[in-house]
Amino acid sequence: MTLALDDVKRIAHLARIEVSDQEAEGYLKQLSGIFALVEEMQAVDTTGVEPMAHAQEVTQRLRDDAVTETDLHAAFQAVAPQTEDGLYLVPKVIE
Amino acid sequence: MQWEVVIGLETHAQLNTNSKIFSGASTAFGAAPNAQACAVDIALPGVLPVLNRGAVEKAVKFGLAIGAKINRKSIFARKNYFYPDLPKGYQISQFELPIVAEGELTIQLPPSTSSGQGYEKTVRITRAHLEEDAGKSLHEDFHGMTGIDLNRAGTPLLEIVSEPDMRSAAEAVAYAKALHSLVRWIGICDGNMQEGSFRCDANVSVRPKGQEAYGTRCEIKNLNSFKFLEKAIEFEVRRQIELIEDGGRVVQETRLYDPDRDETRSMRSKEEANDYRYFPDPDLLPLVVDEAFLDAARKTLVELPREMCERFEKELELSHYDATTLTATFDRAIYFDRAVMSLGNKNAKLCANWVTGEFSARLNREGKEILFEATRDKWLLVDPASQSSKQEDLPELPISPSQLGKLVVRIADGTITNNIAKKVFDAMWAGEGDADAIIEAKGLKQVSDVGAIEKIVDEILAANPGQVAEYRSGKDKVFGFFVGQAMKASKGKANPAQLNEILKKKLAG
Repeated sequence: MTLALDDVKRIAHLARIEVSDQEAEGYLKQLSGIFALVEEMQAVDTTGVEPMAHAQEVTQRLRDDAVTETDLHAAFQAVAPQTEDGLYLVPKVIE
Repeated sequence: MQWEVVIGLETHAQLNTNSKIFSGASTAFGAAPNAQACAVDIALPGVLPVLNRGAVEKAVKFGLAIGAKINRKSIFARKNYFYPDLPKGYQISQFELPIVAEGELTIQLPPSTSSGQGYEKTVRITRAHLEEDAGKSLHEDFHGMTGIDLNRAGTPLLEIVSEPDMRSAAEAVAYAKALHSLVRWIGICDGNMQEGSFRCDANVSVRPKGQEAYGTRCEIKNLNSFKFLEKAIEFEVRRQIELIEDGGRVVQETRLYDPDRDETRSMRSKEEANDYRYFPDPDLLPLVVDEAFLDAARKTLVELPREMCERFEKELELSHYDATTLTATFDRAIYFDRAVMSLGNKNAKLCANWVTGEFSARLNREGKEILFEATRDKWLLVDPASQSSKQEDLPELPISPSQLGKLVVRIADGTITNNIAKKVFDAMWAGEGDADAIIEAKGLKQVSDVGAIEKIVDEILAANPGQVAEYRSGKDKVFGFFVGQAMKASKGKANPAQLNEILKKKLAG
């Protein structure tokens, strides 16, 4: 799989990362290198190997369904850029 | 050209846990903004999600209730997109390996003018997976800014995905209603659509009748009432057919239904965002459900709708039609079951007639539905078309199951006739008290005293010699006239069986 400059810009946009044209050229080289490595790994025969979802052979611990948290919104909102009536304020987003 | 409609639904059911899916913050509705959004929910750096056992149990219960395959191992994944009410920049969901796979739900379509006879249909359910809800954006009144309330962020959801098995808006509504009934039935979701606890997205496409390949589909988002679901699908089907017949092409897109204008509109902003770049969440390990967990979940399952339906047919000797009608919704099924409990199995058929007859007719006339609130053990009246009323503001149902049971007992034991019972029912609905009190106060007891009925019959025969002669000359039809007159004279209280017998005897001469 080969990557084009437009792909890099699209990936950056999806991740909301601003990249200049020059930076994009650099990332294209780096990402293409990673893709080449992946391609090399594809040569390994993985028949019968179950795909891994996590690097460790452990399973998810469950917690009991109980309310353990208290209302700390005043503390959290002390560091928020802007709040009002307990709400976080953000630049207008509208459909 | 004949068109066939193809519909699949994605339903979000909010699981009624005490705490959130990945944190110990409360999920109670109606708290002050952000009072229930803890460090995990607002995605402060360094926090880790820990999965709620209750949410897993409820998902497993649902899987068991639809006869699904429970995946012994399921994986949580990150669904990446940016929106201010999604603090992490991704939603934790399940993608490749959901907890529930391949189940089914049988739906009942009532007889109607458009589809004719009623029928049953089984809708396949592709999967159901666990995920977290996002917060809420408030767009009004913040001097040009948007307010964000993250109380809902992290609330556990079960997203239930059907196969594209529905062929009309009516089928989609029947499926949504059956699903809504089921999640409330097994106690995993309160089903409160006004508060957003149960909402549907509909995937709609059309194809020429007989064609196998599906047409291009559109997804209508966030339908939070059965009425809107039906109207949105009907509008969308018309739109797509007109578009194609005019030589156009349906474009795959997300649309929103606008109830005020009764139309669906393209939601363009979602288009380019539709690349979610799912990957397994490294913060969460694979979820393993073992045999012991499954057994424990199985033990907490109540009698399911199809099981209750079978019991009604077998033990109460109801017809399949009555049994399926009565178990179509959780509230009516429990209502009937409790009414029967209070009056005994042998009068079940009579009780079924009353619940599906007079009781349902009254609800239909008033445009109301009954709602059983299990936590307070209360029966409420709800207006399905209304979007606003909160549960604690709803009026109570005037006739409880045991009160209806007492009325039915009085018909069965001959105290009142079926016709008089309708009057008593109306009085009970108006809040005038129990059946016995009303019967007593209004003097509605059936007259089963042979002497009293004979006296009435004698008077009528004496007053109508012409009709008596007609009857005796072979005109059997006049018999009805005498029954009517006698009932009128007794104000409807004469025991019908006794009256018939006495009339026959006297008329025979």
